[in-house]
Amino acid sequence: MRYLPHTEMDIRQMLETIGVKNIDELFSGIPDSCRLQSPLNLPSALSESEAVAVLKTLAERNAKVSEWDSFLGGGAYNHFIPAVVDHLVSRSEFYTAYTPYQPEISQGTLQAIFEFQTMICQLTGMDVANASMYDGASACAEAVLLALRTGRKRNKVLLSEALHPQYRETVATYCRYLNVELIEVGSADGVTDRQQLKGLLDEQVAAVVVGYPNYFGQIEDLQKLADAAHAAGAKLITAVSEPLALGLFKAPGDLGADVVAGEGQAFGIPLSFGGPGIGFFAVKQNDMRALPGRLVGETVDQDGKRGFVLTLATREQHIRREKATSNICSNQGMCTLMVGIFLALHGKQGLRKLAELNYSKAAYAKKQISALDGFAIAFSGEVFNEFVVVCPEPVAELQKRLEEQGILSGIALAKDYPQLENGLLICVTEQNSREQIDRLVSALAGGER
Amino acid sequence: MSRTDSRGLVLDEKLLFELTDPGRVGYSLPACDVPEVTPQKSLQRDEIADFPELSEVDVVRHYTRLSTWNYGVDSGFYPLGSCTMKYNPKVNEQAARLSGFAELHPQAPEHLCQGALELMYRLQQDLGEVSGFPAITLQPAAGAQGEFTGMLMIRAWHEAQGNKRNKVIIPDTAHGTNPASAALCGFDVVPVASDGVLSKAAVEAVMNDEVAALMVTNPNTLGLFEADIREICDLIHERGGLVYCDGANLNALMGISRPGDIGIDVMHFNLHKTFSTPHGGGGPGAGPVGVVEKLRPFMPVPIVVKEGERYRLDYDLKQSVGRVKGFSGHFGILVRAYSYILSMGGEGLKRATELAVLNANYIRARLEGSYDLPFKQRSLHEVVFSEAALENDCHTLDVAKRLIDYGFHPPTIYFPLVVKGALMIEPTESESKQNLDEFCDALLSIAEESLSKPELLKQAPIRAKVKRLDEATAARKPKLRWVKE
Amino acid sequence: MDFPDELKYTEEHEWVLVEDEIATVGITDFAQDQLGDVVFVELPEVGDQLETGKPLGVVESVKAVSDVYAPVSGEVVEVNSDLPDEPEMLNTSPYDDGWMIKIKLDDPGEVEDLMDAAAYQEFIEQD
Repeated sequence: MRYLPHTEMDIRQMLETIGVKNIDELFSGIPDSCRLQSPLNLPSALSESEAVAVLKTLAERNAKVSEWDSFLGGGAYNHFIPAVVDHLVSRSEFYTAYTPYQPEISQGTLQAIFEFQTMICQLTGMDVANASMYDGASACAEAVLLALRTGRKRNKVLLSEALHPQYRETVATYCRYLNVELIEVGSADGVTDRQQLKGLLDEQVAAVVVGYPNYFGQIEDLQKLADAAHAAGAKLITAVSEPLALGLFKAPGDLGADVVAGEGQAFGIPLSFGGPGIGFFAVKQNDMRALPGRLVGETVDQDGKRGFVLTLATREQHIRREKATSNICSNQGMCTLMVGIFLALHGKQGLRKLAELNYSKAAYAKKQISALDGFAIAFSGEVFNEFVVVCPEPVAELQKRLEEQGILSGIALAKDYPQLENGLLICVTEQNSREQIDRLVSALAGGER
Repeated sequence: MSRTDSRGLVLDEKLLFELTDPGRVGYSLPACDVPEVTPQKSLQRDEIADFPELSEVDVVRHYTRLSTWNYGVDSGFYPLGSCTMKYNPKVNEQAARLSGFAELHPQAPEHLCQGALELMYRLQQDLGEVSGFPAITLQPAAGAQGEFTGMLMIRAWHEAQGNKRNKVIIPDTAHGTNPASAALCGFDVVPVASDGVLSKAAVEAVMNDEVAALMVTNPNTLGLFEADIREICDLIHERGGLVYCDGANLNALMGISRPGDIGIDVMHFNLHKTFSTPHGGGGPGAGPVGVVEKLRPFMPVPIVVKEGERYRLDYDLKQSVGRVKGFSGHFGILVRAYSYILSMGGEGLKRATELAVLNANYIRARLEGSYDLPFKQRSLHEVVFSEAALENDCHTLDVAKRLIDYGFHPPTIYFPLVVKGALMIEPTESESKQNLDEFCDALLSIAEESLSKPELLKQAPIRAKVKRLDEATAARKPKLRWVKE
Repeated sequence: MDFPDELKYTEEHEWVLVEDEIATVGITDFAQDQLGDVVFVELPEVGDQLETGKPLGVVESVKAVSDVYAPVSGEVVEVNSDLPDEPEMLNTSPYDDGWMIKIKLDDPGEVEDLMDAAAYQEFIEQD
């Protein structure tokens, strides 16, 4: 086996040094009653070429966004990934290392995370960001837990209906046994219903959670939502599943958000059927010690030279055990690196231009579709690169019709929003050419390719 | 030849923000082929202050230089106990990057992702075969999330039986995530002391009708098989509880013993440990969970099911604990793990376990006379020494830092907590006898240095990018982001 | 290690100095030595009512967390507001600059139950 370096001679010598006759003797600490009596019922080993063939066959049976006209978004976004990103993350000094517990030989990972934390703060308008969470949904759940921890005796959380359905489900799972009351706040014209929110806010509410952009692609009025939440002593948690929007729209931290938790996949991470992505998590200074997850901080070595270490570890499970701020014991290191490289490449100008490009494309598609007979744009407010269309025919039939023309038309909303029975969530990014958008529009209208 | 004689060129590198030169760009975008529009001004942000402005070359050099300050499995031996730092096969990386996987959108219709679903289904089956569990969920993102998922299922199962049990027994050797995950499910933790291994009597003393489950790690964090595990599981079951196993150390058991056969009800896998997916500088990993039949209805949704020749995501588990993350788990990691299983086959997995155990016992045999071994039972995949034999005020930390000068990544230190100054060494099957000998020679030489030249240990490392870092100042005056001065 | 005679001590390694029904409280030299470099201190607020044996605050080092328990009952009348900014004072001056809080005693007699310096020294040697 090519991954196993032992020769027969090595094994003999090692057994002799240990003082046992054979390898099986090494397992004598396992009682017979616990031993597996037959070989594992798994296929025999494949050569590398055979394994690749099997995997390629499986891969070929999936729809690649590069070969379809894809208008799918809903929490996972098809953005171009510059060659530099994969080239650099393929350096195995990065990806074959573990969590940087030994800082002297992990400065590469540590500095890259420190830079990642800084860029997340700059982007979100917050003071402190951690070294990352699993994904947007679980980061959102951890944000709710943070609000419950810091909100002392408060035990209600208000979730906007327009928040990503999977984020809401994940919050519900995390809160399942924690004596928390989760209350859904309805939406009006595609954004969180502020009147209803005000009626639900009381001194028991620890947090209000909204999307920005929300699941319908709409830009919420965060400042007004924050004012309402703060007036009741609650925190405003802003969940961001398409962070590219922050390249163009105001930062949540500048609009009163107390926690910004989101998904960073849009920044250089492949779609990969929904994972791995990366959760980012940022707070204001006063909640620094309540943060979940790893934090990298700057310090100096014995010679006074700058260096970075994992810090404020006493919040974490390996020290505080059941009293820790979270059970998380990893970060998405490789994905923080992808995001960092992507953001460094695009930089101040590029990120804005890319965001504007997405905005313009979506605006064009929205305008063209709104002109079609029978189709309507569901909501009136600003969107980023995603919007809801109300279709004149059942969405399932429409999707099937467009699929036959090589178009993945969007996400049907009826399952999560029964009131939007014929609602279709369409996402347009810089990867969609005008030609593709025109094809989508003409296909929606019933035209053939 | 010794690696302490080698010389390297380590370049300093500023932060991205310090390298920034206004006006420099590293991106290229297609021309806008639709009318350019912008949102209303009041919604737009100002430019992102102090955000990087760099060319592509700057960015490439920056991260390339940073990479040279790191030590990975591909740099050398990485015997981090309980982390199973085995070799990460390159074909796995290539597999995850196949466009049919990397460019697959999670919201694509099911009939257009049959290959991905089939891969997941096969991985569920294979993990089931290795562990002895009939039902597997691939959704959890990491080991700790797997623990959380597993404990949620245990709580939900008890609730469904009308049981109001709110306590969990956890041995003192457990990883810190165990109590933290249990607490997240609203359980109170009942600690139990072990003497190397857990005794039935110790468990019996704390088991009562308030206890929902026992959480064990097997083999435990001392590298020892819990010899009474069957009897302990029987006891817990008789008294109405369930048994959770932390599968962090499954690399010691493949093809030898299946947790699902010996009374365990729930176990998480760490694909980034046992199944060779890279640790990535801290992640992403994947933490699938296996359960016995009676817990199947409580698994997170969706799970992959096969109907005839079609695969589909099943959202319809009425008693499901819900979802623990977005979409269907860390699919890219699942691809790598499946690629590994294909390459190893059933016999190869067993061989990996055998050689991992051989390696750990070889290290133990070579070092036992020079380092204190607090628990003498037969080791499996890892061995834990203490600092008791060290003199001249040398401690485990000093030995670890000195190992860096010898060109090795240090073992896990100061864990498990039951061993004073623990040095927890897990070599994995990836290391040849030659590598192990170099490592043992280094540790023996360090033991000798601790007697003759202890200052070498105290000053170490002297050959790394930086010397020992001031962690106290980092924590007292936290500086967690760069700000313009 | 230093254990001044004028102080009283607890098994949780706090010291108490009583003057005019006001108890000044801190952690002992032994406690700071065990913890290592202290990096963070959390204190109660003035006006808080403390109960003997219940946690009054937290002391953290780089890799350990320790609750600090109220050695006596009473109302917090003053806290060492310099301490959160300079937690290292707990290491450098545990009995002077590193004092933590002052408590107005509910029951001055309670102090009699605490150990004197000799008894405390014996206690830590046994432990």
